[in-house]
Amino acid sequence: MSVRVYDLAHSRAGDKGNTSNISVICYDARHWEFLERELTEARVAEAFKHLARGPVRRHPLRNLKAFNFVIENALGGGVTVSLAQDIHGKSYSNVMLAIELPDPE
Amino acid sequence: MRSKDTVRVGSGAGTSDDRLVPALELAERGDIDYLVFECLAERTVSRENLSRSKNPDQGYSPSLHARLRMVLPTCIAKGIRIVSNMGAANPLGGARAARKEAVDLGLGDFAVAVVLGDDVSSLVRHKGELRLIENGEPLESILPKMISANAYLGADVVCEALNTGAPIVLSGRVADPSLFLAPMMHEFGWACDDLPRIAQGTAAGHLLECTSSVTGGCFGWPGKKDVPDLARNGFPFADVKADGSVVIGKTPDTGGRLDVMTCTEQLIYEIHDPTAYITPDCVLDITGIALTQEAADRVRVSNAQARPATPTYKVNVGYADGYIGEGEVSYGGIDAVARAQWAAEIVKERLKLQGFGYEDFRVDLIGMSSLHGQVATRPEPYEVRLRMAGRTHDRKAAHAIGFEVRALHMHGPGGAGGACEPRVRDVLAVKSVLLPKSMVNAQVVVEGKL
Repeated sequence: MSVRVYDLAHSRAGDKGNTSNISVICYDARHWEFLERELTEARVAEAFKHLARGPVRRHPLRNLKAFNFVIENALGGGVTVSLAQDIHGKSYSNVMLAIELPDPE
Repeated sequence: MRSKDTVRVGSGAGTSDDRLVPALELAERGDIDYLVFECLAERTVSRENLSRSKNPDQGYSPSLHARLRMVLPTCIAKGIRIVSNMGAANPLGGARAARKEAVDLGLGDFAVAVVLGDDVSSLVRHKGELRLIENGEPLESILPKMISANAYLGADVVCEALNTGAPIVLSGRVADPSLFLAPMMHEFGWACDDLPRIAQGTAAGHLLECTSSVTGGCFGWPGKKDVPDLARNGFPFADVKADGSVVIGKTPDTGGRLDVMTCTEQLIYEIHDPTAYITPDCVLDITGIALTQEAADRVRVSNAQARPATPTYKVNVGYADGYIGEGEVSYGGIDAVARAQWAAEIVKERLKLQGFGYEDFRVDLIGMSSLHGQVATRPEPYEVRLRMAGRTHDRKAAHAIGFEVRALHMHGPGGAGGACEPRVRDVLAVKSVLLPKSMVNAQVVVEGKL
């Protein structure tokens, strides 16, 4: 059995230059420790490896029952020069939400 | 109703393409004291610099006319002051246009306080040794192609503009949260080094700067994160007190939702290190912030912290960097993907035969791999839209992409449909440098009589 990030958290992606930042916000604060253990920088880097060169950095935000993932070299050079359709990478939060993790139970 | 010791700062636009009417709803029904329009994306100032070079009267945000025409009668009648960066590359021109709108509306002749000094292009032209933040190369490498260079000014100079008493304040480049912090500093006399209050005001500004992103826009998900009446989404405001207490609310009787979930998404949005969100006014730390639901559609923001501002301004340098060409065509039914992939190979070969080269080139199958790339585990879709795009300094090469994709109708694999016209756009690239604040002459000029 596994669980998706989607089942436990919501997410929004933003851009600055060639860097994407993607929040992961728990619906229930009790899941924060589980995500802290399982949703590692390595796991996120693996999910984004075909989209971003990285590195991936995770910032904990315990006060907001959240994490902020900062992924460098992720946006085709940034909004002004990118050839992508989604130049801001707004849809990247859905890659995050689709990550599968081992069942917390 | 709200208490008299509260100042209410409304958010009327979060981009130059934002909806118009929600700002009027805020002015009419939101009981606000200030209406802030944030209308400058990263490359907007570059684009407006180009318009100004063609016509010296232009260069301010083209949306200024429509926005002011709509809200000015209400704002003047109710004494709501307007703060905006719609001055873009020509704040003085924008101020003249704003005054003319007021006269044309029969509201009379009034003054506009103009914030100047963000345009540092003549200054950095002689500073080729500055390092680009993005790649560490010297500024010199892009100076010959530079179109604009603008420092992100802070709340201090916007506050100074408000101190003149003019009903409208127009600026060019100012950091987004600073536009909202300035009215609070002006009303309560907060000093630039009053860090607890500057932190609270900056956090409020960051929550407000994308308008509906805090009221249910860019948020909803059917069955999971439902948003009521999203088509009539209302814009937010901040209720601020002299002690720095902040509650975020939204226009009554509008759609959308404002709660801890929407505020949390916006608070983290476009922040990197959450202990160090650098603005011209402070270095904000959001890792202690508490968001609490105080009432329906009202969220209290507390415990924002900040360290003193850095000694530099971030300067965006805009420069011309060639062209992006694009074309699209669709394939459906049996073997749709195989035909689209074959078509892409044909276009690539045609471009090569004509001797065109590209600095960057991309093939997307929309419906399959255009947003999140290709992974082997996804099933093939029934239909796909082939999209090809390339960046080059040769305009002909850029145009050829869309031309060759369109020609697939006649010369490609069977059953291609619905190609678009070839598209070519100018690339206005942006990189940034840091400039000591002491070198920048931020100042206020009043257009018209106070």
